[in-house]
Amino acid sequence: MKAVEVEGLVKRFGQLVAVDNVSFTVEEGELFGFLGPNGAGKTTTINILTTLIRPTSGKAFVAGYDVSKQPSKVRQAVGLVPQEITVDDDLTGRENLMLQAGLYHLTHEQARKTIAELLELVGLSEVADKRVETYSGGMRKRLDLAAGLIHRPRILFLDEPTLGLDVATRAAIWSYIKRLRSEAGVTVFMTTHYMDEADALCDRIAIIDRGRIKAVDKPVNLKNSLGGDVVELEVVDGGRSVAEIVEKISGVKRVAVVDGLYRLTVERGDKALPLIVEALVRNDVKVQRIMLKTPTLDEVFLEYTGRKLREEAGSWEESFRRRHVLRRARAV
Amino acid sequence: MDVLTEVRVLTMRELKKWYRSPFLLVFTLVQPVLWMGLFGKAFNLTGFLRIPNEILDQLPPAATSQIASVFNSILTRFFGRADIDYFSYISLGMLSITVLFTSMSSGMGIAWDRRLGFLNKLLAAPIWRGSIIVSKVLATVVRSVLQASLLLLLALALGARFNPLLPLGPLIAVAALCILAVGLSSFSIAVGLRLKSWESQAAVMNLLNLPLMFASNALYPVSLMPPWLQTIALANPISYAVDAVRQTLLLGQAANTAILITDMAAVSLFAAFFTAVGTYLAGTTLKKT
Repeated sequence: MKAVEVEGLVKRFGQLVAVDNVSFTVEEGELFGFLGPNGAGKTTTINILTTLIRPTSGKAFVAGYDVSKQPSKVRQAVGLVPQEITVDDDLTGRENLMLQAGLYHLTHEQARKTIAELLELVGLSEVADKRVETYSGGMRKRLDLAAGLIHRPRILFLDEPTLGLDVATRAAIWSYIKRLRSEAGVTVFMTTHYMDEADALCDRIAIIDRGRIKAVDKPVNLKNSLGGDVVELEVVDGGRSVAEIVEKISGVKRVAVVDGLYRLTVERGDKALPLIVEALVRNDVKVQRIMLKTPTLDEVFLEYTGRKLREEAGSWEESFRRRHVLRRARAV
Repeated sequence: MDVLTEVRVLTMRELKKWYRSPFLLVFTLVQPVLWMGLFGKAFNLTGFLRIPNEILDQLPPAATSQIASVFNSILTRFFGRADIDYFSYISLGMLSITVLFTSMSSGMGIAWDRRLGFLNKLLAAPIWRGSIIVSKVLATVVRSVLQASLLLLLALALGARFNPLLPLGPLIAVAALCILAVGLSSFSIAVGLRLKSWESQAAVMNLLNLPLMFASNALYPVSLMPPWLQTIALANPISYAVDAVRQTLLLGQAANTAILITDMAAVSLFAAFFTAVGTYLAGTTLKKT
């Protein structure tokens, strides 16, 4: 059975189509990522899958249950960590988890045992009895992660798990997410608008833009689909011969000259690089600088959506309006 | 059983948030104490009908007793008993006002929970939607009654004198305050569910709080008001809770059982109506489209 199965999912808010005919599946035990800019429909999808809002049309099954027809079954099977930090400042870490345990009807004994384990997992055992208001942003997020796992859900939904955290904290959160996946064996569905995050964590990624899925695959496949790595080469005195030399090397697909810089598209950069250097040295070409670039998901995103992740193509008003409508709808 | 667990943990959350911030506790008491102290001591309504001793000494005893009986009948008409002092009268009125102020702010909690994303986390859990409302109402009832009791002790310390209708009087008074708290907090939460932002929620509650206080019998008897205001005061649930408390704690033997039953029925009706509205709104608003 698939952990998540979505077919032809549509969500409209008035005129705006937040999720536009989306279909995908998530395998059991997988760490699946939704990658896209703000307002792409990521949170709306999570809200539908966790039964917070109803789809306009289409089907969605989570843990085998229909989100529209069996919402309470779905709620029992999933954990949600919203993008906002939702632990209560006035309670201690342990009290927050006890509250969460009560909401999932754990007995007192079960709750105590599970909470001790989870606190250990997210590294908060030491501060469990301090009030959350004394916690740092990263600690709060970790507590939120633990809260999402309190009832041992089969699928954990993480909405922008590292939003607003600094670089070091983000790396720490990543390692906790990996750890809870391997130790708790839970399927994880997460959204992010950080390329490096999707790349570092996810088994498979769906690229989503303006409510539509543009591509779904493993990060490495997505990158490979761009046609390989790029070697950039600068030589002391250029000439026609350099292009002729490198073109003959096996694995080199294309050679282009941009501003006196040779850009070689190669199949496997790590294998081609020594061959290139060797051939140039043999032909007495002096190499000033050589650089290997493996494609990043940034370029993949550009390739599939025709725009960069951070820059809003189209009119500024359109994207602003879209985000505004989504935010209001989300606040219902 | 599951529902009871949900309600218990959510109620405890509310109460912990409350008693861990002593500032909040003190602050919610300051206003009623100020009203009680300023109004009760300055606008001594019953004191107007007291004749200074030097004038009494100049009058013949027959005239004195005649004047006294006239004044006493006026006092009885307005305050229920002739020997009631205004400070005791107003301090019992303030118990319901504490309940009013506390209960009306409870809808703000739900607006905040929504804004902070906490509500979404609750809605993603397999809980009965009503638990979210019921727990807020329960916590408000506990807070209101504890604050009202504190206020009562303060009033006693400041010189209020009561004539409780023993043994059931205090119990009935507490019951009246609890029912009032249920009704008002359900109303406030219903508004909070509709209005979504805590700013507009606060604006609505500030708009309602003072008119509800002044257009009731908390500060002065309804019979002193002009007819149009009397109509409003008689439609105001606060008036009935205040009267129930005065009947049971202030009037002693002069209490009127029929009036007390009417008071309790009116407060209960009001509470039942808004509890129904709140529960209905919880069902529809929290079940998103």
